[in-house]
Amino acid sequence: MSLALDSHGARKGGHAPPIIVARDLVKTFEGPDGAPFDALKGISFEVAAGRLTALVGPDGAGKTTLMRMIAGLLRADGGGLQVLGHDAAQDAQEIQSRISYMPQRFGLYEDLSIQENLDLYADLHGVPANLRRERFARLLEMTDLARFTARPAGNLSGGMKQKLGLACTLVRVPDLLLLDEPSVGVDPLSRRDLWEIIEQMIAQEGLSVLVSTAYMDEAARCERVHVFNKGEQLAEGTPGELRARVAGLTYVAAPREGEPARDLQARLIDAPDRIVDAVPSGGEVHFIRRPECAADSLVDLLVGCEARSREEELEDAFMLLLRAHEEEGEPTAPDQGGEVALSSAGPERGQDGAPIIVVRDLVRRFGDFTAVASTSFDVRPGEIFGLLGPNGAGKTTTFRMLCGLLPASSGHLEVAGVNLRQTRANARRRIGYVAQKFSLYANLSVRENLEFFGGAYGLRGGTLRARVRAIEARFDLDPQAQSGNLPHGYKQRLAMAAGLLHGPRILFLDEPTSGIDPLARRAFWRTITQLSQEGVTIIVTTHFMEEAEYCDRIAIQDAGRLLALGTPRAVREEAGPRGQDMNSAFIAIVENARAQERTMPGGPESVA
Amino acid sequence: MSVPRSGFVQRLTALVRKEMRQMVRDRSNLLVGFLLPLALILLFGYGLSFDVRNAPVAVVIDTPSVAVREVVSGLEGSRYLAPRRVTTMAEAEHLLGDGSVDAIVHFPVDFARRYAAGSARVQIVLNGIDSVTASTLEAYLSGAISKALEHRGDRGEGALSGAGQVEIVQRVWFNETSNSTWYLVPGLVVLIMTLVGAFLTSLLVAREWERGTLESLFVTPVRPVEIVLAKLVPYILVGLVDLAMCLVAARVLFDVPIRGSLLAVLVSSTMYLIVSLLLGLWISGATRNQFAASQVALLTSFMPAMMLSGFVFDLRNVPIGVEIAAQIVPATHFMMLIKTLFLAGTDWAMVARSCAILGGYALLLTFLTRRTVRKRLD
Repeated sequence: MSLALDSHGARKGGHAPPIIVARDLVKTFEGPDGAPFDALKGISFEVAAGRLTALVGPDGAGKTTLMRMIAGLLRADGGGLQVLGHDAAQDAQEIQSRISYMPQRFGLYEDLSIQENLDLYADLHGVPANLRRERFARLLEMTDLARFTARPAGNLSGGMKQKLGLACTLVRVPDLLLLDEPSVGVDPLSRRDLWEIIEQMIAQEGLSVLVSTAYMDEAARCERVHVFNKGEQLAEGTPGELRARVAGLTYVAAPREGEPARDLQARLIDAPDRIVDAVPSGGEVHFIRRPECAADSLVDLLVGCEARSREEELEDAFMLLLRAHEEEGEPTAPDQGGEVALSSAGPERGQDGAPIIVVRDLVRRFGDFTAVASTSFDVRPGEIFGLLGPNGAGKTTTFRMLCGLLPASSGHLEVAGVNLRQTRANARRRIGYVAQKFSLYANLSVRENLEFFGGAYGLRGGTLRARVRAIEARFDLDPQAQSGNLPHGYKQRLAMAAGLLHGPRILFLDEPTSGIDPLARRAFWRTITQLSQEGVTIIVTTHFMEEAEYCDRIAIQDAGRLLALGTPRAVREEAGPRGQDMNSAFIAIVENARAQERTMPGGPESVA
Repeated sequence: MSVPRSGFVQRLTALVRKEMRQMVRDRSNLLVGFLLPLALILLFGYGLSFDVRNAPVAVVIDTPSVAVREVVSGLEGSRYLAPRRVTTMAEAEHLLGDGSVDAIVHFPVDFARRYAAGSARVQIVLNGIDSVTASTLEAYLSGAISKALEHRGDRGEGALSGAGQVEIVQRVWFNETSNSTWYLVPGLVVLIMTLVGAFLTSLLVAREWERGTLESLFVTPVRPVEIVLAKLVPYILVGLVDLAMCLVAARVLFDVPIRGSLLAVLVSSTMYLIVSLLLGLWISGATRNQFAASQVALLTSFMPAMMLSGFVFDLRNVPIGVEIAAQIVPATHFMMLIKTLFLAGTDWAMVARSCAILGGYALLLTFLTRRTVRKRLD
C-alpha cells in the first residue's frame, strides 16, 4: 500500500517546479517463467530541482526500471512521466540531451583511456574546447585520476571505474544527474570518495541529483528519500521524517557475559511477532520493537540482558516499512522448517579445539600479479570465519585455494587435517562450497538438482532420497519448482542446500548475501548461525561490512594482503577511535595500511 | 528543437574516432580484417584450383605396339599428366584403389589390330571419389589420346587418317585451357567483402549491449543514425584496403585480367561492402549477443556468399527453391557483376541493375538497423 499521497500536500520547497513528475507509472516485463512480472505497480512521486534525492529499496524494488524510464530508455505501460518539463515517452531525446546518467555498470569504454572516455562524452555533449580544459582538470583532481589519464579504463579498479563513470556524466553541468546504484560492489573507501564528489558538485553547481541505492547510510545523506519495494512506493520524506516513524521503537542490548552477540540476535529475530528486526553491531545487538507490542513484553527474549533505547536510524525505518509491506502479502511468519541436523559434525565448538583449517604463508600469483600475498590464519571447528575486503582484495582467490579449486603458488594449506597441496580430492569430500554465482542447473527442478549433487557427492538410493527430502523441508524449498525461475533469495537457499547434502564439516560461502534484499539477508544469516550452532565450521566472504558482526573472527584483506585478523571487537579496537562500526573500522585499517605502504617503499609484510 | 548541423558533425567525428580506436586496439579485428583476407587470397589463388596438374595415371599395355608407344609418349608430353607404366590391370586397379594414381589408361590386346581397322578402343578408368578432378582428368586424357592419334594419322601412318579411329566417350566438359584462378579471384572479392562486412560488424553493436556501454551512450544528444554511421566508417576503410589487396593480387600475382572499368569495380564493391556492413550491424543489434550475432552472420552472409552466390556452383541448374534463395542473397547479384567486370568487360546496364539492387538492400538494412539501435532498452 503506497503511502506516497500522504505527503504530497505537505511537500516542502514548493518554490521550484518539480523536475520529475511521475503519475501512476506501470511497467510490466516478462518474468523468467514467461509469466508477466510487474516491475512498477502504479508509482506516483515528484522530485524537486536543486536537490539530492534518493530512491531506496532492495533488489527488485523497481529502482533501475524507474531510473531507465526517467532517462527515456524504457516506455511506461501506463501512467505519465514528465522530466524537465518533457514527456518521457514522446520527447526522450530532449531529456537525454539535457540529463546525465550513470548506469549500474558505469558505461565506460574499457579499451579507451580515461582521457579518451572523457573526450568522447565531452564531444557528444558539445562541450566547447575552452571550457573543457578547466573542467577536465577539476574533475580529474576531484576523482584523483589525474595521474592515470592514459590508462585504459579496463585496467582501473572498481572504485576508479566508478569515479571515472561519474566524471563522464559531469563533463558539463547536467540539468539532472541520474546515478543508478553508483556504489554497488565497490569498497567503503571508494564509496566515501564518491559521495564527497557528489556533495561537492551539488554545493558548487546547484546540481539536481537522483540516486538509487541499497545503502541506508547513503540515503541518510540525501535531502529527500523515496522508499520502494516490489514496484510500490512505501513512503517518502526527509530522512528525519522517515526516522520519526520508528521513534521510540529502537533499542540496543548487550549480550550476557560470554554469549556471542549473534545468539542474542538469533533469539530476537526468531520472535517476529514482537521484533521487527535485530542485527549484531559493535558486540551488541540493535533491534526494533514492533509498534503494537509493549516494551515490557520483551523481557523473556532478553533473558537478563539489559536493553537501552538508542537513537533511531534510517535503516530502522526502512526495515519497519519493508517488514510491514512483506507481511501484507503473506501474514504468517516464515516457517523455519523441520529441525534436521545438517551436519555430521557434533556440536563441538569453542576456542580450545585444534584448528580445522590451517593457512601458512599462502601465496597465489597470476603472472606478475600477486592476488594473495603471504597470508596466514587458522580457523577453529564450529567457528564462523569472515573474509572481508573490497572487490579485488583477494577474497575469492583465497577462498578457491581453501576449497581446493585453485592450487597455491606457495605456502602451507591444511583443511580438515588434509594437506591441500597434496590431496585435494580428499579434502573436497569434507567441505561444502556455495559459489557466488548460481551454479546449479537452471533448467532442472529443485529436486533434480539436489539429487544430482547428492549423487555427485556419493550419496545413493534411500540415503540420498531421505537426505534430499530432509534438506527440502529444512530450507522450505518447493521440490517441483524449476531452479532457474526461483527468486534470487531462494536460489541462494537452494545453492546452500546443495552444498550441505553430504553433511560437510566445513561450509564455504562466497558472497552469499550479495544482491539479496535485507529481509532475505537476515533470514540467510539466521540459517548460517544455526548451522554454526550445530557444529558446522563456516567460512564466509562478504562486502557488507556490518555482516562481520555475525562472525566469531574476521580477516580483512586489501590488495591481496591480510591487514587485520581477530574478533570483530578486536578489529574495531585495532582501528582506534575511528572504528565505532565495522565500516569505519575497515576504512581506518585500509587507509592506515595504504599510508604505511607509501612511507615504507620496501612494502610491508602482511599483518597476521 | 532542431539539431545544429555542427552538433551532428562533432558527434559523428567523436564517435568515428572512438570506433577507430576500438577497432585498432582489438587485435582480433585486425586479424579478421587483414590477415584472414590475405590468407584467403593466397589460399584461393595458389592452393585451391580446380585445374589438374601432373596427375598420376597408370598405363597398362597388354600388347606393345608402335601405335601404343606413340599414344603413350603423347600422354607423357602433357604437363597435366604423369603417366606411369604398369604391367597388369590388377596392379593398376590396386594403385587406383590406394590413391596412388587418379586414373588408369588401358590399351587392350587388340588395340593395334583394331586401330589399324579403324575402330580401336582405349579403356579409361577414373577415380570418381573426387568427381571434379575425375571429369577434368577424363577430358585431358581423351584430348591427349586423340591428339596423339591425330598426329599419327596426319603422318599417314594409320590405316585411315583423321578422327574416328579411336572411340572415346566423353561425358563431362571441362575446358582444359581454362584457369580456375580466373574465376575464383573475382569471387574472392565477394567473399572478403562479406567477411569484413557482416562478420566483423556483427560483433560491434552486440558488444556494446553486452558491456552496457550503449545505455550511457543513449543518454546523450547522440542520434541513432550517428551511432550506425560511425560504426560503418572504420570498416568501410578496412573493406577498401582489402579490395585493393584483392585487385593487386589479381593483377600481379595471378594475372587475372580486369577487363571492365575500374571505376565500376570500385563503386559496385563499395556498394556491396555497405550492404554487408549494414547486414552485420542489423544482426548485431537484433541479437544483442556477440556469440549469437557471429553465428547468425556466418550462416546468413558468409555461407550463402560461398554456396549460393554462384561462387562455386553454377546457379543455372539449381531447383527453383534454391534459385529463389540465391536471388535473395545480395552476394549473388554482386558475384555475377564482379565476374563480368573482371573477365568480360563493362556491361553498364548490368552495373546499373546490380547497383540498384544493392542500393535497395542498403536502404532496407539502414532502416532495419536504425530500428535496432533506437534508444530503448525494452
